[in-house]
Amino acid sequence: MARLDVITGNAAAAWGARLSRAEVIAAYPITPQTTIVEYLSDWVERGEINARFIRVESEHSALAAVIGASAAGSRAFTATSSHGLWYMAEMVFWASGARTPVVMAIVNRAMGPPWNIWSEHTDALALRDTGWIQFWASNNQEVLDSIIQAYKIAEDKNVILPAMVSLGGFVLSHTSMPVEIPDQEKVDEFLPPYEPPHYVFNPKKSDPITIGSLALPSDYIKMRLSIQKAMDNSYSVIKRVSKEFYEIFGRWHGDLVKEYMTDNAEVVIISIGAVAEEVEAAVDEMRENGLSVGALKIRITRPFPYQEIAKIADQTSAILVIDRDISFGWGGIIAGEVRAALHKYKIDTPVYEKIMGLGGDEITTDHIKAAVKEVIEFIKR
Amino acid sequence: MKAEHLIISISKPEEGAGGKTGTWRVFRPIIDEKKCIKCQQCWMYCPDMAITTEGRHSVPKIDYEYCKGCLICHEVCPVGAISFIRES
Amino acid sequence: MMSKGNILDEIISAEELILKGHSACQGCGSVLSLRYVLKALGRDTILVIPASCSSVYQGLYPKVAFKVHTFNTAFASAAAVASGIKHGLIMKGSPNTNVVVWGGDGGLTDIGFATVSGAAERNEDIIVIEYDNEAYMNTGIQRSGSTPMGARTTTTHLGKFEPKKSISLIALMHNVPYVATANPAYPFDLYNKVKKAKGIKGFKLIHIFSPCPPGWRYDDSKTIEIGKLAVETGYWILWEAFNEDGKIKLEISPPSRPYLNPERRKPIEEFLKMQGRFRGMTPEMIEALKKWIDNQWDLIKKFMD
Repeated sequence: MARLDVITGNAAAAWGARLSRAEVIAAYPITPQTTIVEYLSDWVERGEINARFIRVESEHSALAAVIGASAAGSRAFTATSSHGLWYMAEMVFWASGARTPVVMAIVNRAMGPPWNIWSEHTDALALRDTGWIQFWASNNQEVLDSIIQAYKIAEDKNVILPAMVSLGGFVLSHTSMPVEIPDQEKVDEFLPPYEPPHYVFNPKKSDPITIGSLALPSDYIKMRLSIQKAMDNSYSVIKRVSKEFYEIFGRWHGDLVKEYMTDNAEVVIISIGAVAEEVEAAVDEMRENGLSVGALKIRITRPFPYQEIAKIADQTSAILVIDRDISFGWGGIIAGEVRAALHKYKIDTPVYEKIMGLGGDEITTDHIKAAVKEVIEFIKR
Repeated sequence: MKAEHLIISISKPEEGAGGKTGTWRVFRPIIDEKKCIKCQQCWMYCPDMAITTEGRHSVPKIDYEYCKGCLICHEVCPVGAISFIRES
Repeated sequence: MMSKGNILDEIISAEELILKGHSACQGCGSVLSLRYVLKALGRDTILVIPASCSSVYQGLYPKVAFKVHTFNTAFASAAAVASGIKHGLIMKGSPNTNVVVWGGDGGLTDIGFATVSGAAERNEDIIVIEYDNEAYMNTGIQRSGSTPMGARTTTTHLGKFEPKKSISLIALMHNVPYVATANPAYPFDLYNKVKKAKGIKGFKLIHIFSPCPPGWRYDDSKTIEIGKLAVETGYWILWEAFNEDGKIKLEISPPSRPYLNPERRKPIEEFLKMQGRFRGMTPEMIEALKKWIDNQWDLIKKFMD
């Protein structure tokens, strides 16, 4: 039976993995991800879930173990943050190259030095080139739901790529919100067991094969473009799965993007993750005061929703991108990608960028409204 | 024809994965069947599986397609039944 | 104890799971060792191979010389990937498939050390096998922690100052069911040890002396002679250790037993003079190495019953 509970983002992530029937879990604790690991190991020890929990000695080993388990045909899960993610960074490439469709929850946290444990999106965004599908959850319900959807998309026979689901450190991970924990049977119907269509490391199930040996450039390029093709395929899979999820569970978080009051908006604010919810609250307040603003949440940054963004931009006078991240020497990562999307479709709507909230610095509706005010003044000039 | 999105680095076991390694040879080992005492030492110590045997009572055979000419067999033969010549 | 005749028959009839035409160097001690490892393990085996010579000598895509499932992985990750594969297989109802790490001293004693140690501490049901060619050979002969003192490498032109870091001795301190050393010059011993490891649940580690002609600078044909000299001089000690209820029970293996007595050991100079990597060793360095060998024996003896 589905039940309503009030839980943190980390608990929601753990429930997502549990309901997805993750079979092998390996994780290493790091603030603010730690409680995900604790929930899952607790459930495994009590026999509440049928899974194996490997208490690895580092994040690099966590992802390595999870890649191994997936290669052997098991559904695998891990979770990390910031420095843990970067400690496993080479394995992040390995997962996509070896085509192991694992799911990883990332509790976004700033990179040091100095040490900072609070929310910032740079960690996962800076790995956007690795061939993983990237989800950005805006609330705890979406965390839980996205993990389940992520498995379905990642394991789709037209995709077979790993997926990461990001949730803001402390902002979501440690904040309790009402979450409906779906019925296991319903999830089982939506998400059947993992059946690897490409290879399985099990001498009882297949003839011997070797993965990842030395390949000449002319072969390597085919394999890399194959990952790109899988990413291309994933657009339609993401749309289909998001819709299916809505039909079965009645909840819509957007597919690749989610529009909010974009009709007749003079300014559309683009953001990701929990920031998007703050933006929507700010949009409500601004609309009440007569401003025609709307919001576009980018739910999936890879594959990048070029078309959807260009279409929205075409219908508005200005775009404001709020980046809770920074690419030094460049600026806001999302802003840069949005500009590329507009250019790709020859849309010349101006894009303004605002970097906010680094290292967990507060982003409130006041900050957002002030930024919009600046943009509107710019347009008037 | 593999689907375009699933071209993965999967290799399958096959002889000659490193090419016809017999072409590496500078020296060619030769087993003298008459001297051979069938101890199987040469077969045991060949790192290339280029020496095959039918069992403890047979004279091993060298597969020159893959023998790299390391001459370990020449060294380990207890009765000097394996000589070598320069590869032409 | 199986007679030599019977074990030879067994080994002859055991399938060759490495196909002809791999690209290991002429006289490679590593691939010869792997030959016996796979003969002992059989087909129900998965190899996990970190960056190493064996990543390359297995062949070029799309062909491979190994007739068992092989997962190539990043340098430091092998023991963790193997742990994951084993747990994944257990969930899929195949708990008895041999999951084996096959790596060099680079991947297992240095960069992957924490990973091996972690897997050992968790008593993962895998076999970690290190073929020790005593340097980073795949990248062109740079020193590793496992390089012995006095050896020249491209990063120790004057000979390494520090003594050898031994993965088998370190594994011995991890409370694991089975640790052993081996040597392809003694293939029956190697084969038997792998078979023993196969039959034990929990973490096993086998540390194999792996002569390397280009790295150690000797003629390809001398691999077995050098392997034997290593044992006969006492440089490489063949032993195996079981851990019962937290107590280490170590046995010197038969080929090394005569050399428990230092007087029976051949002079180390015989071993050193065959290898270009030891050229230029000063008398002081040779004395230091001799002392190190004596100390190794003393240390090992402490664990004997």
